[in-house]
Amino acid sequence: MSVGIVMLVHTALGRAEQVARHWSAAGCPLVIHADVSVPRQTYNAFVKALSDLPNVRFSKRHRCEWGTWGLVAASQSASQMMLDSFPDVRHVYLASGSCLPLRPVEELIDYLENRPHTDFIESATTADVPWTIGGLDSERFTLRFPFSWRKHRYLFDKYVSIQRALGMKRRIPGGIVPHMGSQWWCLTRQTLSAILSDPERATFDRYFSKVWIPDESYFQTLARQYSRQIESRSLTLSKFDYQGKPHIFYDDHLQLLRRSDCFVARKIWPHANRLYDAFLTDAAHAMKKTEPNPGKIDRIFAKAVERRTRGRPGLYMQSRFPVETRENGLTSAQYSVFQGFSALFENFESWLARATGTRVHGHLFAPERAEFCDGQTVMNGALSDSAALRDYNPRAFLASLIWNTRGERQCFQFGPRDNQAVNWDIAKDPNAQISVISGAWAVPLFKSNQNFSDIRREAARLQQIESKHLEILRSSWTKARVRIWTMAEFIEAPMEPLQTIIDEIGPQQNMRGLAEVPKMADLTGFGQFLQNLKNQGMHPYLMGNFPVARDPMEPPGNKRKPYLVR
Amino acid sequence: MSIVQSYRMRLQRKHAKARAFRKHFSLRPVVDRTGHIKPGHILLFSTLRDEHIRLPYFLNYYRDMGVDHFLIVDNDSTDGSGDYLADQPDVSLWHTRASYKRARYGVDWLNWLQARYGHGHWTLVVDPDELFVYPFCDTRPIRALTDWLDGSNVRSFGAMLLDMYPKGRLDAVPYRRGQDPIEIASWFDPGNYMISKNRKYGNLWIQGGPRARVFFPESPKKAPALNKIPLVKWNRRNTYISSTHMLLPRGLNLVYDEWGGETASGVLLHAKFLDTFTHKAKEEMQRKQHYRASLEYKAYVENLRETPDLWCKWSEKYINWRQLEILGLMSKGNWA
Repeated sequence: MSVGIVMLVHTALGRAEQVARHWSAAGCPLVIHADVSVPRQTYNAFVKALSDLPNVRFSKRHRCEWGTWGLVAASQSASQMMLDSFPDVRHVYLASGSCLPLRPVEELIDYLENRPHTDFIESATTADVPWTIGGLDSERFTLRFPFSWRKHRYLFDKYVSIQRALGMKRRIPGGIVPHMGSQWWCLTRQTLSAILSDPERATFDRYFSKVWIPDESYFQTLARQYSRQIESRSLTLSKFDYQGKPHIFYDDHLQLLRRSDCFVARKIWPHANRLYDAFLTDAAHAMKKTEPNPGKIDRIFAKAVERRTRGRPGLYMQSRFPVETRENGLTSAQYSVFQGFSALFENFESWLARATGTRVHGHLFAPERAEFCDGQTVMNGALSDSAALRDYNPRAFLASLIWNTRGERQCFQFGPRDNQAVNWDIAKDPNAQISVISGAWAVPLFKSNQNFSDIRREAARLQQIESKHLEILRSSWTKARVRIWTMAEFIEAPMEPLQTIIDEIGPQQNMRGLAEVPKMADLTGFGQFLQNLKNQGMHPYLMGNFPVARDPMEPPGNKRKPYLVR
Repeated sequence: MSIVQSYRMRLQRKHAKARAFRKHFSLRPVVDRTGHIKPGHILLFSTLRDEHIRLPYFLNYYRDMGVDHFLIVDNDSTDGSGDYLADQPDVSLWHTRASYKRARYGVDWLNWLQARYGHGHWTLVVDPDELFVYPFCDTRPIRALTDWLDGSNVRSFGAMLLDMYPKGRLDAVPYRRGQDPIEIASWFDPGNYMISKNRKYGNLWIQGGPRARVFFPESPKKAPALNKIPLVKWNRRNTYISSTHMLLPRGLNLVYDEWGGETASGVLLHAKFLDTFTHKAKEEMQRKQHYRASLEYKAYVENLRETPDLWCKWSEKYINWRQLEILGLMSKGNWA
């Protein structure tokens, strides 16, 4: 009893010949099917090259275009020839010219010898698997597909939509339930001959010839009718990318393939000399005993598909430039924006850095320069502090900063004096944590030594900018975590909001509360200052209600003492 | 895209083809070995002037990668580049005295050569100071990449220009003939690139890197473009329209994904900033044969006089393509 190999070839015939010799040397008879598109001379040379092998046959040639009936027809006629010419064969293994046996062929023979009645064919109902390309799952069995998807995509798509619109549906021949799976199978003589000599085969063939990708469903469906024992998996290792194309193996996959534990792999790049040399040798060298680790291959290829379809969140680069809403995260990590805090507290930045262990920048979008932490002029990723460069593409600036500092949370100050161009981007970014003390921009003005008319003008400008920003933050498109307090509200009980923000930033913080509080600016006379603005006709409203006569938080002495919150 | 617009694009493409035809009369073949080109060969096209010192490493780098034939235009070199190239068995060489600028910085010449010899081939267009890096380039020849692109029905492959520079003065370490320039210029800016989309041609416009950071911090718009599409399955209808930054038909410019995924991409290591640069910059300023009357070179010369160091604390030292992929400068896409 032996294993017969049905091999479908269309290119790289030199490699196919090498593999055929390898199978043949181990005693496996072969039937080779070459695509019609192989030029006659090439084909003849190929046949001639293999003419010294006694157990190789060549079957009738069909045109095998991807996703069409030709592949099934080729498998049928080659299988028929295999069953007829080699009566000893018990299992028939369908392989391609770019398949490579990874383990010694004897192991495969022994393995199948021990499972004489098992059919290895991946076969699942359409409802249960997500392997669909082009949005067709159950429809691939109920519509007609006379046009090539590769060559006549327009006709293909049009014809599908016409059928959908007309509600056309094909009747599935009685008694079968469509299944699909990998087209590389290994069937027993009993099952295969039952499929090929079925009295209703003509009906099935007619039906499947108009099904979409029949090579993934013909044998997979019919094997269910006759098999005594189906093991629904393919013995051929084959990974598919997001378009349904098989991944290709190269020389650098050698170690991976050694540990794959599969009998055959596909598809191998024809110029992968190291792979062919390593695996097409005698049994002694073929498989160095290494611990099998097939999961690793899965992970690598699943990651490739993930990278191609979803990409790395927050990365903008030459081959990933998502349109709006498809970013999968505007930035790559969480960050915090503080508005008004550094105006209200004298040492807010250094305090925040100590309290949270994060990187705390000044006003990154300040008009003069990007105020990186510690006064640096260049930041991670060689990001320059030049305001002109930053304002040239502020969104790229922010995304780069967060991407470059992956693994370290960034915090920065913001305010109405700064470049407001990124307001929408930050507001729509779920990674942003925005805390605003509205109206706190008035404190530096209050402390400043400018003429009052200048102060008044500046206050009016800042108030207008901030109120626009607040509108954005309160809009329904905002996805950031936003907290807004008026200044009056905030200074009444500053510790509670601070504690909340800090807790949210870092779970690594101690649970006992903050050991130290930032020092609040001295606001004596601030109420009067606001009243003066009002008297000049400029109504500051963003800071909330400050009583005029009495200053808020009237200090008992000259200086407030720092206190501890337990 | 209206019919009018696409017709305009067609006219522009035809115009570029006509230019290429007109300009090709100034090319004089020196050595024509194009008879050696076989179907499926990967071809490299380049224009150069006085790059003799770089050529040995350049040619070997691409030979090792698996480039089969080099088609080079020598723009009147006086340093022996022409003779050196003429002796190479896999180089076909053309010579011209015509203006580099009036051939749209060499694009016209190469467009013509590509149409004539590149049809149906994968063609790589690079300058002698650009070293192409693609995913798995340390273990897979370029043929593996082009086969994979063919199999995925992809016709063009993007590779951003990554400016490499040494630590310290540019002229501190002299470059020796045959040496890997990245040994000296081994640093780059890892994360300060700015991208916007060119709506008209569909390509991305990338700026940033050390040139924007040091030479153009106050006028970023003038910073040079870094987006490039050097590897294309050439069809005689194709044409580069501005250096290798963009092509027509516009479909070739879509080397990126807009739906959140990453397509595969490479990097051109740009080893421009070696000790040879200072001399070259002065010369180019006088010749005014480069883009915007060599404005770029003017900025370089002025800046380098004051601060001849492009290196900063956050510069990254080049290791290999995997490092670039982790940094997000290039991607494997779904190639694994």
